[in-house]
Amino acid sequence: MSLARRIIPCLDTDGERVVKGVNFVNLRDAGDPAALAARYNIEGADELVVLDIAASRDHRPTFLETIRRVAAELAIPLTAGGGVANVDEGRAILRAGADKLTVNTAAIRNPPLLTALAAEFGSQAVVLAIDAKRVGDRWEAFVRGGSEPTGIDAVAWARQGVECGAGEILITSMDKDGTRSGFDCPLTAAISRAVSVPVIASGGADTPDTFLEVFREGRADAALAASIFHDSIQGLGALKRYLGENGVSVRQTG
Amino acid sequence: MNIALVEYGAGNLPSVERALARLGVQSRRASSPEALADCDALILPGVGHFGALMRSLGERALVKPLQDAVSRGTPLLGICLGLQAMFATSDEAPGDVGLALFPQKVSALPPADRLPHMGWNQLRRARPSKLLEGVPQDAYFYFAHSYAALDAGEAGVAFCDHCAPFVAAIEQGNIFATQFHPEKSGPAGAQILSNFLRHAGGKG
Repeated sequence: MSLARRIIPCLDTDGERVVKGVNFVNLRDAGDPAALAARYNIEGADELVVLDIAASRDHRPTFLETIRRVAAELAIPLTAGGGVANVDEGRAILRAGADKLTVNTAAIRNPPLLTALAAEFGSQAVVLAIDAKRVGDRWEAFVRGGSEPTGIDAVAWARQGVECGAGEILITSMDKDGTRSGFDCPLTAAISRAVSVPVIASGGADTPDTFLEVFREGRADAALAASIFHDSIQGLGALKRYLGENGVSVRQTG
Repeated sequence: MNIALVEYGAGNLPSVERALARLGVQSRRASSPEALADCDALILPGVGHFGALMRSLGERALVKPLQDAVSRGTPLLGICLGLQAMFATSDEAPGDVGLALFPQKVSALPPADRLPHMGWNQLRRARPSKLLEGVPQDAYFYFAHSYAALDAGEAGVAFCDHCAPFVAAIEQGNIFATQFHPEKSGPAGAQILSNFLRHAGGKG
């Protein structure tokens, strides 16, 4: 008996539709978020993440409606985020039906935001999302959808974020994102060693082998992927069976 | 059957409502002492902070009515923080008093492993229970917490191990509770809610 490693499909949306691309460019439509959510709920996803990658103020009501539609399909936890800059926006996302919210850019500019969110909703509801890119012998945190360097060390930022109140880290490797060349195990392991909270690895998912690697070498508690699931390149059931056969504790769903 | 979800300004009522709706049960929200008195069964959902929950219940004058409903035999299901609120005190909010349906306390889990305890875990059954009837022994349930009751006396019917052995499910007379979120735990969680409703229906 032990805590299962989680497999988390991610829906990147423009607020309303699921979109995909490499590093947020060449976006194309990948379906209706509620329909995908219903599918993943049945297929054995352990959790779902829905992100508003447009994150513009104009589209926020549309995104909240998307969260409501997605939540209605789920009997598993839902994490949502994108552009959350204050406690009120966080509350709106949770009230719409999310169990946890992600914060990224606003937290790095204003770390006390994490403390305020944790005080209001509990640390278990606050996921610090970090987009990191290899720069020399370290990883640097980027903001605004990976478009803006911060000069801040991603590992140090993860540690500080947890001290401020984050209850989970979602670490995305910008070098690996969209490449289907495997997760960034050294980055994930460095973050995992630096913090006491669960770590979700993101970016580079491909074959079941790549998931096995990120759980073993990357010390990830959960692994997130988008297009390999949306395009049915990888089935959730088959992935979890493979992991189980290879000694990873996962929730089998028959 | 008249099922009321205790509304105190926080918690995750919509997800519990949706989970009940999937079982074909329409619930309502109760945020006043009168509303608590007029129901066949009560559910106390909860996420957040022990102190904040008890203060919210206090501000709405719901503490005594909840205790009275339990004394009258109204079935009560506490979920996550709703389980913790049934205890006398919690490490999370020293000085704040819980519903004290159980004399023990809620403790901070020791940092022997990653915290919060976040994700899907299995249960260790201590004795047969109505709540877990028909639920496969190896079923997984979704947890998200850093505090837990380590002891609930005879009321602890299932335990979980993360950082320390802790109480995962409670059953004593008309009092039921889970540290995990049945409303977020797929088919196994739905079975738990269904078991509670069946028991509550039998009483009503």
